[in-house]
Amino acid sequence: MSAHIQAPISDQNLGHIASTDQAPLTRDGKPLKTSLAKALRRDKLRAFLLILPLLGFIIVSFVMPIGDMLFRSVENKIVEQILPGTVTALASWDSTKDELPSEFVFATLADDLMLAQELKRHTRLGNRINYDQPGISSVFRKTGRRIKRFDNTAAMDALSAMNSVWETPAAWSSLRSLPDFSSTFPATAQSLRNWTRYVASEEGDDVDATSLVPHGFTYSLLYHDLSKLDSGALQTLESSAADLFAGISAQLPTMTSENFRQQFEDVDDGWIDLANWQTIQRLSPPIVDSYFLASVDAERTALGVERKPTNERIYVLLFLRTIAISLIITISCILLGYPVAYLLATLSVRTSNMLLILVLLPFWTSLLVRTSAWKVLLQQQGVINDILVWVGLIDHAGRLVMINNMTGTIIAMTHILLPFMILPLYSVMKTISPTYMRAAKSMGASDSLAFWRIYFPNTVAGIGAGSILVFILSIGYYITPELVGGTTGVFISNRIAYHISSSLNWGLASALGAVLLVMVLALYWAYDRVVGIDKVKLG
Amino acid sequence: MKFTAGLTGLFALSAVATVVTAMDALPECENCGSDDMTIASWGGAYTKSQDEAYHKPYSAMTDVSIINDDSGAKAVAKLRAMNEAGNITFDVVDVVAADAIRLCDEGLALEIDFDTMLAAAPDGTPASEDFGDLLVSDCFIPQIVYSTTFGYRTDNEAWAGAVPEDVCAVFDTENFPGQRALEKRPINNMEWALMCDGVATTDIYDVLSTDEGVQQAFDKLATIKDETIWWSAGAEPPQLLADGEVAMSSAYNGRLFAAIEEENQPIAMLWDAQVFDLDGWIIPTGMSEERTNRALHYIKFATDTQRLADQAKYISYGPARASSAPLVGQHAELGIDMAPHMPTDPDNAQNTFLYNYEWWADNSDDLDAKFQAWLAQ
Repeated sequence: MSAHIQAPISDQNLGHIASTDQAPLTRDGKPLKTSLAKALRRDKLRAFLLILPLLGFIIVSFVMPIGDMLFRSVENKIVEQILPGTVTALASWDSTKDELPSEFVFATLADDLMLAQELKRHTRLGNRINYDQPGISSVFRKTGRRIKRFDNTAAMDALSAMNSVWETPAAWSSLRSLPDFSSTFPATAQSLRNWTRYVASEEGDDVDATSLVPHGFTYSLLYHDLSKLDSGALQTLESSAADLFAGISAQLPTMTSENFRQQFEDVDDGWIDLANWQTIQRLSPPIVDSYFLASVDAERTALGVERKPTNERIYVLLFLRTIAISLIITISCILLGYPVAYLLATLSVRTSNMLLILVLLPFWTSLLVRTSAWKVLLQQQGVINDILVWVGLIDHAGRLVMINNMTGTIIAMTHILLPFMILPLYSVMKTISPTYMRAAKSMGASDSLAFWRIYFPNTVAGIGAGSILVFILSIGYYITPELVGGTTGVFISNRIAYHISSSLNWGLASALGAVLLVMVLALYWAYDRVVGIDKVKLG
Repeated sequence: MKFTAGLTGLFALSAVATVVTAMDALPECENCGSDDMTIASWGGAYTKSQDEAYHKPYSAMTDVSIINDDSGAKAVAKLRAMNEAGNITFDVVDVVAADAIRLCDEGLALEIDFDTMLAAAPDGTPASEDFGDLLVSDCFIPQIVYSTTFGYRTDNEAWAGAVPEDVCAVFDTENFPGQRALEKRPINNMEWALMCDGVATTDIYDVLSTDEGVQQAFDKLATIKDETIWWSAGAEPPQLLADGEVAMSSAYNGRLFAAIEEENQPIAMLWDAQVFDLDGWIIPTGMSEERTNRALHYIKFATDTQRLADQAKYISYGPARASSAPLVGQHAELGIDMAPHMPTDPDNAQNTFLYNYEWWADNSDDLDAKFQAWLAQ
């Protein structure tokens, strides 16, 4: 290409020959390939513009919400957001030792909770952690009510006694302007950020937080930050920030801060429970796997990932049951739908249209009505049992239990999903010419041989399409199993619905949904490998 | 000086009196923009009772049209989704107390200053005293007291004339054979099981806090597990009883009232160890000031003494205000006295059990998982 440009412009002939060697030209002298690509690009662009509204609609109404929901299964920013200081302080705590976090951690917690209760977010955090650690939500609720009454002035008094400048906002301004402020006093810096937000919430945006002396929690954290400095660093401070810290080396060992741990313990014993702290530390990262572990009946303990105790395992069982029942429903639909579809496809057009309406009729009835109708039919005092008793097949005490269990779910859902099997089967069977069967028979095949060797293989595509439809629909069904499933016929989707609308544990609901989605995709993939998705035909 | 103070006091008193009488005429709603409001509630007979007792009079006085949204139990999840999307379409939401506590915890419900935002009782008792213990959350304005109790069929031949007198009859399959129906959740069932396994009422939540206690409750429930149908929608138990599918079922008292009095089914109520629960209003956070003011204005009207008493004309749930109880009259259509059908009626409330909201807020997730696992076994 570059050689082409460098070719002498005056020598037009040579240039022309050179380009014809490379590619044919159109009449206006451009290479045909470029021209064609341009025209095609225009077409493609036009086509793209045509589908753009649909694409936009799908992205906005389908991909984004589902992506958002799926992301919730790992998202866990809440702990870091509400307890920023505590999360940092807790990072260095060794949870495997049989020891509570240090007083410093309790001080950061007090500071964080003071802001959290002002913003009314501590209970939200309590609810989140309660999913992993039952009982902790009331600990947060109680502490939120009491945190304002915590004693927090000891460090403030001690610093003010050392140097009265600590009674003024000026001390804090000059502390902030120290060159290494954030790295030397990390907890204090965090506490000051909390304090700014606290003032903004309490007093409104027009009050400047730097014009006020922060509350005692911040002084306590300054004390803790100072205690962490070695003697060399303290002496440097004494000389570089003499107006603030003159005499700190000598004074610091005599200073005290509040015993926040004791105060927390007085509010609720939960704060001296190691397990609660381990959970808070485990949930500190912004991305956690706890929802996914919960969705497969596992949990992360101090010893690593473990299965939950037997009496709490539920989800794996429900996943397996959902698949098993969905398979049974799919098979029942094939067995019941195949003859019906065959009849529809082979009868005269008028009769088959009539029958088709009968197939479609329940399709047009409300799902709830159909499900309730099955209740009336199947229950122990229901129509079917009444008839059986009346005929004398069973006696009064031996009425069959056909609903509020797995049987109920299978019967009701097979009925509801049957049209999804019949319709693809019917449209595939319609395309099979009757001459095939006649040809087979004319060559001496028996009825059954002709059916199995000629007719049936031609309908496999319809069975495949119907099965995929029925199976995937049934795996996500929830209202019918909820109403007729009792205890042995409920699906995983019933639990997902419960977590979405009742327990509000959307993280776990998303994790369960994600597992279900992966399972369906895996089954789809397996189907593609075994049967081949190109064999699926809807008509 | 003293005299002036006395005068001011008198003036203040008469000012209070004017405010009280002005309530009847409904004060102007200041800085309220909206002409319509959406109220989410449970639908059916319940929404109808609210419509008659609260919505219609309020609309007549203010020209605000009220749209009922029958979201029922889904309102809580919807509200959370609306809050995340930043577009709240519910102005007032009717929820049970446990959900109100959760919404309040999540910051989705407005905190209420009961004495200033709600009407005082006609005799001047401030709202916080009038509602008393029923104020279980800072965001929740109780409306009705309902109870979960047992209904049984009165025509059981196998019972040979025996009439269940206490809640433990549910676990007594020898004297009271037949199917049972219980709600498909641990709340209430665990308590009844322990109560009938000899645990003192005051100790129930202490016992339930231990693994052994939970197992004890499951063991007791296991004695009737094979004969139990588990219901999840409030409409199911009256239907199961009416069809004769079950001989005994736990149910909400209002549903049983409708089956017994309005549909004349052969069902009777066993009030023993009924569990009180509350239903009431919350106002979503995150609405514009005008809409919040409108919602508060509505709530102040709809939860005053007379309005709460009026609702009891349409449904057999007890008004949450102490001052409403004497005003409860007769059913609007049946013309029967409603007082004997209230869960709070002294005859019915001889042995009641109070549901511990705080304990369940902590433990319902955990116990629900265990309960579902137990059911699935």
